[in-house]
Amino acid sequence: MKSDQRVNGSSRRKFLNILIGGGLLGWVGSVLYPIFSYLNPPEIPEANVNSIKAGPASDFPLNQGKILKFGKKPVILIQMNAGEFKAFTATCTHLDCIVQYRQDTKQIWCACHNGVYDTNGRNLSGPPPRPLDEYKVNIINNEIIIINPAS
Amino acid sequence: MKNAMQKIFSWFDERYDVTPIIDFASKKKVPVHRHMIWYYMGGVTLFLFITQVATGILLLFYYRPGADSAYESMRFILTKVNFGWLIRSIHSWSANLMVFFVFVHMFSTFFTRAYQKPRELTWLTGFILLALSLGFGFSGYLLPWNELAFFATKVGTDIAGSVPLIGKPIMAILRGGEDVSGATLTRFYAFHVAMLPAIFTVFVGIHLPFVQRQGMSEPEELAKMGENEKKVMNFFPNFFLRDALLWLIVLNVLLFLAVFYPWDLGFKADPFSPAPAGIRPEWYFMFMFQTLKFIPPHVLVFEGEVVGILLFMLAGLAWALVPFWEIKSKSRGLTHPMTIIGLIALVFIGVMTVLGYIF
Repeated sequence: MKSDQRVNGSSRRKFLNILIGGGLLGWVGSVLYPIFSYLNPPEIPEANVNSIKAGPASDFPLNQGKILKFGKKPVILIQMNAGEFKAFTATCTHLDCIVQYRQDTKQIWCACHNGVYDTNGRNLSGPPPRPLDEYKVNIINNEIIIINPAS
Repeated sequence: MKNAMQKIFSWFDERYDVTPIIDFASKKKVPVHRHMIWYYMGGVTLFLFITQVATGILLLFYYRPGADSAYESMRFILTKVNFGWLIRSIHSWSANLMVFFVFVHMFSTFFTRAYQKPRELTWLTGFILLALSLGFGFSGYLLPWNELAFFATKVGTDIAGSVPLIGKPIMAILRGGEDVSGATLTRFYAFHVAMLPAIFTVFVGIHLPFVQRQGMSEPEELAKMGENEKKVMNFFPNFFLRDALLWLIVLNVLLFLAVFYPWDLGFKADPFSPAPAGIRPEWYFMFMFQTLKFIPPHVLVFEGEVVGILLFMLAGLAWALVPFWEIKSKSRGLTHPMTIIGLIALVFIGVMTVLGYIF
């Protein structure tokens, strides 16, 4: 009789422990989940930019690069020889810095970690693991138009 | 007067029984030996932290977070607010000195092997405080929203993003979006002025009572001596007054630096301009930054930076757990394996930092 009671008691205790423990876990989860969801920034829908105008081709200086806004992303536009335009994503493939065109070496250079790309966007030296994505450049009636190749 | 003070004290004592605390404080001793200078380093760090809290609160009165207001409010503080330049300069200098003294304190604890039993958890909480200090530095660096800080944050958060699996969500939470933007600034502001101070205070609240409970760690040769042979000093007032004098000296050094070498604001961040030449993180991240420069783009099938950051995380974890895997040895001085490990770490950090400023 007595041992019965104890068995009974211990299984009741076990049951209560599971109930309370499970409840506590559920409570922790229901507090943490909204917090982490709150911290995770919501996706802000943005207009899909497929092309941008970059001004008259005749005004663009020779042997120079310019950073342009392509939607929310920076793009670098270069004119190496007269009328020969190239455009790449300006975000270094290494650690997200913004690259620049160097007139002295005629290369694309990232100041953050000394990454060097050629004017075809290929990574030549330094830490960048991949080439820069190229954008298409059209010139229509002297107007430079940069087009996202993915579009 | 004395009578009134005594009355207040006994009123208090009657209700809260503070005599044991007074008793403990009056019996507290500090061992005297040739390495005792390192005992002061933690205290200096604490002083600099208090300075940070005080000047940080003052800056909050004028600082306005946001991509369109942060830089402008900083310029306002520096040019229009009475002594604004001084408060800001002290905050920047004190931040740098604090990180420096955190490192000095950490290495002195390491080389004197004060982390050994029974002080494992003091070491561990100290390591967490070091990590939090670096978090303070990293998040505070962005708040003026200048060019250097902008790119340092881009690089720093991108490195966090390169960690396999958990990297991308962490990066999104840090940046408040895909890119470093005004959203990142408000987040870093929340980290810097609310979250980190709260967590830091909790860990200081654990770290310091641990030290009080166990007393100062003694060097091996001193620990072996009999109680009567040891030279000791009363904490109150002897050591306490020395501490106070050192704090005063540090405050003066701080003021000297802030007045004669005020901190620059730099140019406002522009997300659509190339990273300027000479971009670099704060000096205490320089060794990691420089190491990443040296790692080739690909190591086997992995991207170089992934390998780099995983190695640093592993090294950091090993460092945090030093008391639990420590190599025991009878050898003393420079031939002790732990001393050699510490020297390698110190030389690595030193050489990489110097190289970072040369290249």
